[in-house]
Amino acid sequence: MTATQEPAQGEIGRDRRRKEDQRLITGRTRWTDNITLPGMLHLAMVRSPFPHARITSIDTAAAKGAPNVVAVLTGADLGEGQGACINAWPVVPDQVTPAHLPMPTDRVAFAGETVAVVVARSAAEARDAAELVEVDYEELPAALDLKEAAANTVLAHPDLGTNVSAVWRFDSAEAGTGGDVEQAIAEARENGIVIEREYRQQRLIPAFMEPRSVVVDPTGEQITVWSATQVPHILRFAIAATTGVPESKIRVIAPDVGGGFGGKLQQTPEEMIAFAVARRLGKPVKFTETRSESLLTAHHGRDQWQRLTLAATKDGHVTGLKVDLLADLGAYVAIVGGGVPVLGAFMFNAIYKFPAYQFQTTNVLTNKTWTDAYRGAGRPEATFAIERLMDELAHELGKDPLEVREMNWIKHEEFPFTTVAGLEYDSGNYEAATARAKEMFGYDALRAEQADRRARGDRVQLGLGVSTFTEMCGLAPSRVLGSLNYGAGGWEHAEVRMLATGKVEVVTGASAHGQGHETAFSQIVADRLGVPFEDVEVLHGDTQISHKGLDTYGSRSLVVGGEALVRAVDKVIEKARPVAAHLLEASADDLEFSDGRFTVRGTDQGMAITEIATAVFAAHNLPDGVEASIDSEATYDPVNFNYPHGTHLCAVEIDTETGQVRMRKYACCDDIGNVINPLIVSGQVHGGLVQGIAQALWEEAVYDDNGTLVTGSFVDYLLPTAADTISFDLDHTTSPATTNSLGTKGVGEAGTIASTPAVVNAVVDALRPYGVHDVAMPCTPERVWRAINSGGSGGETTQAAAPHFDESEGAAQ
Amino acid sequence: MIPAAFEYVAPASVEEALAALAEHGDDAKIIAGGQSLLPVLRMRLNAPEWVIDLGRIASLRGIRDGGDHLAIGAMTTHHDVGQDPLVHEHALLVSKAITHLADAQVRHRGTFGGALAHADPAGDLGAPALALGSTFVVQGPGGTREVPAEEFFVDLFETAISEDEILTEVRVPKHDGWGAAYEKFVRIAHQWPIVAVAATVRMDGDAIAEARVGLTNMGSTPVRARATEAALSGVPATEEGVAAAAALAAEGTNPPSDLNGDADYRRHLATVLTRRAVLTAAGRG
Ligand SMILES: Cc1cc2nc3c(=O)[nH]c(=O)nc-3n(C[C@H](O)[C@H](O)[C@H](O)COP(=O)(O)OP(=O)(O)OC[C@H]3O[C@@H](n4cnc5c(N)ncnc54)[C@H](O)[C@@H]3O)c2cc1C
Repeated sequence: MTATQEPAQGEIGRDRRRKEDQRLITGRTRWTDNITLPGMLHLAMVRSPFPHARITSIDTAAAKGAPNVVAVLTGADLGEGQGACINAWPVVPDQVTPAHLPMPTDRVAFAGETVAVVVARSAAEARDAAELVEVDYEELPAALDLKEAAANTVLAHPDLGTNVSAVWRFDSAEAGTGGDVEQAIAEARENGIVIEREYRQQRLIPAFMEPRSVVVDPTGEQITVWSATQVPHILRFAIAATTGVPESKIRVIAPDVGGGFGGKLQQTPEEMIAFAVARRLGKPVKFTETRSESLLTAHHGRDQWQRLTLAATKDGHVTGLKVDLLADLGAYVAIVGGGVPVLGAFMFNAIYKFPAYQFQTTNVLTNKTWTDAYRGAGRPEATFAIERLMDELAHELGKDPLEVREMNWIKHEEFPFTTVAGLEYDSGNYEAATARAKEMFGYDALRAEQADRRARGDRVQLGLGVSTFTEMCGLAPSRVLGSLNYGAGGWEHAEVRMLATGKVEVVTGASAHGQGHETAFSQIVADRLGVPFEDVEVLHGDTQISHKGLDTYGSRSLVVGGEALVRAVDKVIEKARPVAAHLLEASADDLEFSDGRFTVRGTDQGMAITEIATAVFAAHNLPDGVEASIDSEATYDPVNFNYPHGTHLCAVEIDTETGQVRMRKYACCDDIGNVINPLIVSGQVHGGLVQGIAQALWEEAVYDDNGTLVTGSFVDYLLPTAADTISFDLDHTTSPATTNSLGTKGVGEAGTIASTPAVVNAVVDALRPYGVHDVAMPCTPERVWRAINSGGSGGETTQAAAPHFDESEGAAQ
Repeated sequence: MIPAAFEYVAPASVEEALAALAEHGDDAKIIAGGQSLLPVLRMRLNAPEWVIDLGRIASLRGIRDGGDHLAIGAMTTHHDVGQDPLVHEHALLVSKAITHLADAQVRHRGTFGGALAHADPAGDLGAPALALGSTFVVQGPGGTREVPAEEFFVDLFETAISEDEILTEVRVPKHDGWGAAYEKFVRIAHQWPIVAVAATVRMDGDAIAEARVGLTNMGSTPVRARATEAALSGVPATEEGVAAAAALAAEGTNPPSDLNGDADYRRHLATVLTRRAVLTAAGRG
C-alpha cells in the first residue's frame, strides 16, 4: 500500500499556511507573560546555589523591609498548602520516589531549587528583594556522576538509603514474545558475531523559545491558572490532587504557548508556588522565569549510559539484542521521569526481526536538575543505539550499512508484524522509503567520492550516515498504559459546535504549543463537514472550554485527537440527518451527505449542514423527539500505537586538521501515512531534524564537580540557528495507518528521533580509516580531532565555561 | 532578567562624560553599545549606581583619514566600521574580522571602542588591532594620552584605561595594499571564537615581504605570533613555506581550557588557522 499521495482535491493534503501564525509570529497575542490583572503581584524565586545542602536558616527580614515587598515566604511558611509535584508513572510497584515539595523546608537536592519566594508589587522589586534573603546552608556531599550514583557511593537523598529508583526489565523469553537472549549471545560468541558497545546519551536542555510563565488569579469562584504549559488538563488534575482544592474550583488555561518539546509537560514547582501564594494572599500573582532560570530548572532530557550487546550470525542476520541502561532522573522523579527510558524499551529492536531481546533500565537519582520527556522521549535513545549498532555490524561484515539493514528488516508484505517487544506494527514499507531516500541523496555518487577522497588522502574526508528509524507514537492505548502502571489513560476528546451563523467551533483536548493544530484540525473539519476552512475555529487549552483532554506530547494530537475529532464530526452529520429528512420531507434513508449538503437521492433537492444548524438553533420546526442541537462530542481511545518510519541519509565533511564537521547533504524519506498539511509536516520535520542534529553535534548540558550547571546560558549551551544548518531534501512514501480513519501517523518527533544516529554514523564513517569506531556526542571538533589522532571516542567535555561577561566590572557587587 | 535600578546620564560631550565619571567614580559604569555591559547588568553580575551613556557624543562617532592612519571613533558601531570604504582600503584586516563578529543585531549596537575596552580575549577586534599596531587614544581629567596596542591589553577584561578615563579613538596605521584574512574557528555561527587568527601580509612578487599575525583567545589578552611573523619574512607564499612558519604560531601562548577545547587543542588550532590565514592573506588560500 505504498503510493505517492494524490494531489489534494479538498482541504486534506493542501499546504495551507497556518492560520495561527500571524498572531504567534508578531507576538500580538496572549502569551502568559502578556497577561496583566488588576492588583497583580509578582514573584521572584530564591534558589539554592548548591546541589545538595541542608537549609539551616532563612532570614527574610531585610527582604521583607524592601520597597513594595508584600511577603517573603519559605517552604515552612507554606507548609502543606503548597501541594506536591507528582510522579504519574511509578514504573515498578516498589519504585523509590523522593517526596517532592515545590519548596523544600529542610534540604535542597539540586542547584536551582527554590527555597524562598518574594512577592512584590513589581517584578523588579521582587528581584531586588530576592537578593536580600539570607539563606544559610550546610553543604552535603552530592551525587553527580551517573555511574557513581548508581553504585550508591554518595546518596542524593540520604533518607532513602539508595539512589536506585527503579529497575525495569523486559525479556522476550519471559514475555513469550521471543527467544532467550543469553542463549543467542552465547551461540554468536561460538559461531557468529557479537557487537558490544557502550554509548552515552548526553544530557540535553529542551530550550523552548518562550520561558515558562504562570499567572494565578484566586479572586473568583474558580481559581484561574494561566500557564505556559503543554498540559493544562494534567496540571489541573495534579493541583487538585495535591492541594485538596476541588478540581471543579480550578480552571487552567494554556494560552498561546511558545514551544515545549516535552519541556512543558511538567507540573512545575513554580506553578505550585504561584498557586499557593495567590491563595494565601488572595491576590493575583505572576511568575515568569528568566532564560537562566529556565535552562537551570526546567526539566532536562536524555542522560543515559547504554550498554548494548548485539548478536548476529556470521552472514549478518541478527539473532539477539540485549540492552542495559543507566538513566539519570536527576533529583526527583518527574511527572513521567522514570517512564522515559521505558518508552524506549519497545523500540531498540526497531525495524529488525530480532528473535530474542532483553531490555533493562536502572533509573538513578542524582543531585542534578530532574529529567523528563524531551522530543522523542526514550525513542531517540533507542534509535540511536540500534542504528549505531547496525552500522557497527555492517563494518564488521564489510558490507554496506543499507544492505545489512535490508537483510534484517521487516519486508513490506510482512505487515502487520508483531515484534519481539510485543508490538504490532500496522503498516510500513522500508524498501520504498529507502529507495527514494537513496535516489534523492545520490548515494552511489557520494560513496564514489568518499572512496576518491580516501585514496587521495584528502584533508577533507567524507562520511555517509544511515538511519532507518521507526518509532511508536500516538500516545497511547489506555489499556497498554494501565499495564505499564501509568497513572492515566491515553484517550483524547473533541467536540464540534454548529453555530447559528453557519460557523463551526471545534474544541480539542490536545493542547497546541506551536504545532499548528488550528490549521490542520480546520482542514479535517472543512473536508468532512463540507464547510469553508475559514469558517472553522479551533478552541483548545482552557479547561473550562475544552473540559476533557490529555494534552499534547508523544506525537499524539493528530493521530489520537484528530481521530476523536473525526468521530465527533461524524456524529454531527448523523444528528443532522433526521432534521434534514424532516425539513426536506424525505426519508432519512434517501439522504446522501457530501460536500456539506444533504441531498435527496434522485432529486435536485438539498440542504446545507449549516442551514440545518440555523434551523436547529431556531428550533421552530424540528421533528418530534429530536433535541435542538446537532453539536457532538467524542472521546477516542487508540487501539494501537502508531508507527511512522523513514530512511534518513546524511553526508558530512570532516576537516581532519581541525576536526570540524560540516553538513554536506541530508536527505530523508519519511512514511507518516496520509498527510493533512504538507507545509506543517515539513516544518515539523525540519525542526525535528535540527534538534536531532544538535544532539549529535552541538548541545550538551554540562555540570562541573561542584554540581553547577556550566552551560547555564546560550553562550555555552550551543543551540544552533538557521546559519548552522543546510537545506534538507524531504520526501514521503505513504503507507496509511490502518488504525485510524484518516490513515495518519505522528510526525512531531520523527525528525529528532531519526537524525541523531544518521549524523553520528556519518562522522564515524568518515573516520573509519583512522581506526575510529565511535565519537562521543556531541561530536565536537576537539573530540573528532582527538579521535583521529588517538583512535578513541574523543573523551569527556571539559567542565568549564569561558566568561564573556566581566563579573568583576565596576564597584557595587 | 531585570537589572538592579541605576541612575542614567547621557552627556553631550566627552568633557561632561569625564565630569560625570569623576563625580561618581567607583559607582559608575560607561555604556557604549551595551552588548557586553547589559548582559552583565541583566544577569546581576554587577550593579553600578550610575550608568553613563556615551551614545549622544557625536565626536566619538565616525572614521577619519588621519594621513598615515585611520582614526576610528570609539562609538562607531561594528556595522559602520565593517561597511566603511576607508577601512576596507587602508585596514582590510579590520573589515575581514568584523564580518565574523557576532550577528547583525549585535553589530548594529556594539561599538568598536566598547569591544576593545571590554577586552574579552575571545573578542574579535583585539587581534586585528594589535596586529596592525594600533594606538589607543584615551582621555582623562589630565588630558589625552596615546597608548600603544602592546600596552593597551593588560589582562582578561583589563586594559590600560583608568577608571577616570574614556577611550575616545583608535588609530589604525594604514596598511595599503596589504592582503588580509581573519580565520575564526567556531562550532556554531553566533559563537565567540574558540581560536581565531588575524593575518595581514605585504607581498613582494611571489614572496611574503612582511607579515603581521594576531591571535584571538590564545591567552588572557590578544597576542602577536612574533615567531611566525619573523619566520614569514621573505618566505615564498607556498603551502610548505607558510606551514613551517605557522607551526611556530602557538609559541609562548597560554590558551585557556574550556567546554570548546583544551589548551593543547587550541595550540594545534592556532597553527592550522595561522597557515590558512596567511595563505589567504597572501592570495593563495
Ligand atoms: C550575542 C552576542 C554575541 C557576541 N559575539 C561576539 C563575537 O563573536 N565576537 C566579538 O568580538 N564580540 C562579540 N560580542 C560582543 C560585542 O562585540 C560587543 O559589542 C562588545 O564586546 C562591547 O561593545 P559595546 O559597544 O556593546 O560595549 P558595552 O557593552 O557598552 O561596554 C563594554 C565595556 O566597555 C566599557 N566601555 C565601553 N566603551 C568605553 C569607552 N569608550 N571607554 C572606556 N570604557 C568603555 C564599558 O564600561 C563596559 O565595561 C557579542 C555580544 C553578544 C551580545
